[in-house]
Amino acid sequence: MIRENARTLLEVRNLTAKVAGVEILKGISLTVRAGEVHAIMGPNGSGKSTFAKALAGHPAYEVTGGTASFDGKDLFAMPAEERARAGLFLGFQYPVEVPGVANSQFLRLAYNTVQGARGRDELDPLEFDDFVRERMKLLEMDPAFLDRSVNEGFSGGEKKRNEILQMALLEPRLAFLDETDSGLDIDALRIVAGGVNKLLTADNAVVLVTHYQRLLNYIVPDYVHVMDGGRIVKTGDKALALELESRGYDWLDKQAA
Amino acid sequence: MSAVLQNLIDQPYQHGFVTDIESETAPKGLSENTIRLISHKKGEPEWLLEFRLKAYRHWLTMTEPKWPNVTYPKIDFQDISYYSAPKAKKKLASMDEVDPELLRTFEKLGVPMHEQKALAGVAVDVIFDSVSVTTTYKKKLADVGVIFCAMSEAVRDHPELVKKYLGTVVPAGDNFYAALNSAVFTDGSFCYIPKGVKCPMELSTYFRINTESSGQFERTLIVAEEGAYVSYLEGCTAPQFDTNPLHAAVVELITLDRAEIKYSTVQNWYAGDENGKGGIYNFVTKSGLCKGVNSKISWTQVETGSAITWKYPSCVLQGDNSTGEFYSVALTNHMQQADTGTKMIHLGKNTRSRIISKGISAGRSNNSYRGLVQIGPRADGARNYSQCDSMLIGDKCGANTFPYIRVQNNTAKVEHEASTSKIGEDQLFYFQSRGVDMEQAVSMIINGFVKDVFTQLPMEFAVEAGRLLGLKLEGSVG
Repeated sequence: MIRENARTLLEVRNLTAKVAGVEILKGISLTVRAGEVHAIMGPNGSGKSTFAKALAGHPAYEVTGGTASFDGKDLFAMPAEERARAGLFLGFQYPVEVPGVANSQFLRLAYNTVQGARGRDELDPLEFDDFVRERMKLLEMDPAFLDRSVNEGFSGGEKKRNEILQMALLEPRLAFLDETDSGLDIDALRIVAGGVNKLLTADNAVVLVTHYQRLLNYIVPDYVHVMDGGRIVKTGDKALALELESRGYDWLDKQAA
Repeated sequence: MSAVLQNLIDQPYQHGFVTDIESETAPKGLSENTIRLISHKKGEPEWLLEFRLKAYRHWLTMTEPKWPNVTYPKIDFQDISYYSAPKAKKKLASMDEVDPELLRTFEKLGVPMHEQKALAGVAVDVIFDSVSVTTTYKKKLADVGVIFCAMSEAVRDHPELVKKYLGTVVPAGDNFYAALNSAVFTDGSFCYIPKGVKCPMELSTYFRINTESSGQFERTLIVAEEGAYVSYLEGCTAPQFDTNPLHAAVVELITLDRAEIKYSTVQNWYAGDENGKGGIYNFVTKSGLCKGVNSKISWTQVETGSAITWKYPSCVLQGDNSTGEFYSVALTNHMQQADTGTKMIHLGKNTRSRIISKGISAGRSNNSYRGLVQIGPRADGARNYSQCDSMLIGDKCGANTFPYIRVQNNTAKVEHEASTSKIGEDQLFYFQSRGVDMEQAVSMIINGFVKDVFTQLPMEFAVEAGRLLGLKLEGSVG
């Protein structure tokens, strides 16, 4: 929901970034305020995932220029874990598997670390167990996932639910969800999108990186941005996503030319 | 590999101090005269001198094993001093009489030998440069008939037991290093649990090499009579030297009917610096004989130190229904090399063995698992399960698995599983993106990896071992 005078959560100016020596982001600017839903669309290789990972602080993504402030703080001055503690969340497109580490243990460590950083009480294993089971209901997840190793042997859809479960536990100020909809069947999409919607408040915001308009039927964006060649080439409202779906990305190139 | 990961591994060695205690060290070199000197110094009976000389003569005919997956310059066995003892001739009756400098050493090592140890219920036998300094709680153990003392004392006070069992599990000719040990061993621990006795406390030995270029050749013998039980802990550290002291120990375990020995080791000998300078050469022979029916021997080892580790704690399952277990975590960093594993020799009927090996390689180190499972022709219904997992940290280290399986009985069932995984940038970033810093992430991943082994360690040891892994890996990730 767009509101006048809403607090600015993220302010990115002219961001450029390299991966393995190749410049992928060529000057991105984006402002996200509390209460807003943004969608970033665009063809493969346009730099969407790179943008999300560079903001979250992945070591392989080298920021070469521009600025980003998160809740008034210099994002690039913080190591990745501090960005997370400050309330930035990245929902991974391909969540990694961590064999041998129980999901419940991982979730509790993450939860308590972030709670601690916010000056809130940590939960002991029993308290946490109650709490996480409650949150899993939101995503219709089987509690058996707590005892399994982190993401190990999870299906694509199960991994994505586990990502949103983490979002539900950490309660970020700003969540970047990188292709959370890919790999989900229709029912799972509805459940996961419903979960995200329930987590949205006037104080937080979400940026959806997606290829498909169908996710936006469930989580309605206030802004739709189109990325191409490492830049945001067009910004519009929900109607832009529909137009992209019917016309593809080519007409934008022509328009730009 | 990023800088943070590197910093994590590069934690300096914390036990690298030398204690300034006057010690009595034999001149370098090995000959029959050296052996006679050791035997004489220790006031040994004739039969033991004969045992040593026989082993020495056999050793002269042997050559160093070349099959391990490790490389090192040729060891000059004449450039080693085979005997070094702290100069404290007087017999010590209580802890108060122990050299305070030595006590400070143990404090630095984190070996609390004073009364607080009573609360922990641990009896400690301390081997300092091959000579046993003191054994605590001997009295309490004596009340239940448990003998726990230095090998040299056992030779003096219980010669019939030592003579009966010494060299019966690891014969002098077992291998090159066992032969060397049999010839020159200076001290070690002896432990005897009589029939039906469950040892009332965990027994613990701390080994430490303090003198540069002295070898350490301790010898441990544990005998559990029918129905007896003992849990034995062994810890090892050494100060930091640029040279490569040799450690060639022998450990022999024997269980009679229904007896059980649980032997746990945390080995943290000095591993050398990050370029491979210095560090202990650790060539150790450990073997257990399940002689009686329904008996059990369980080895648990956490190997984190030494420039070279060559060690295969084994079980000979002779008694019907006997069980052998081997749980191992071997961590190598920088230029360390480990070639370690086990041998499970099934001779009796319905014998069982279980092998869980976890290798962690970081830096430019090389870590190999080598294990033999042998099922003899009479071992009807024998079963083995082996699981060998390797974890790589960074991209300059190596991990290998060499399983040998020999089955001569078609009713046997042998299973082997192996896996290799890697702590990668993406895994660590996943934790970081959830607010968890890299140290904690590595620690959680490693702890998850070694969980199945650590649950086998006595509680006190598990905590220490967990801390040790964290320290050893500090700086290796990132």
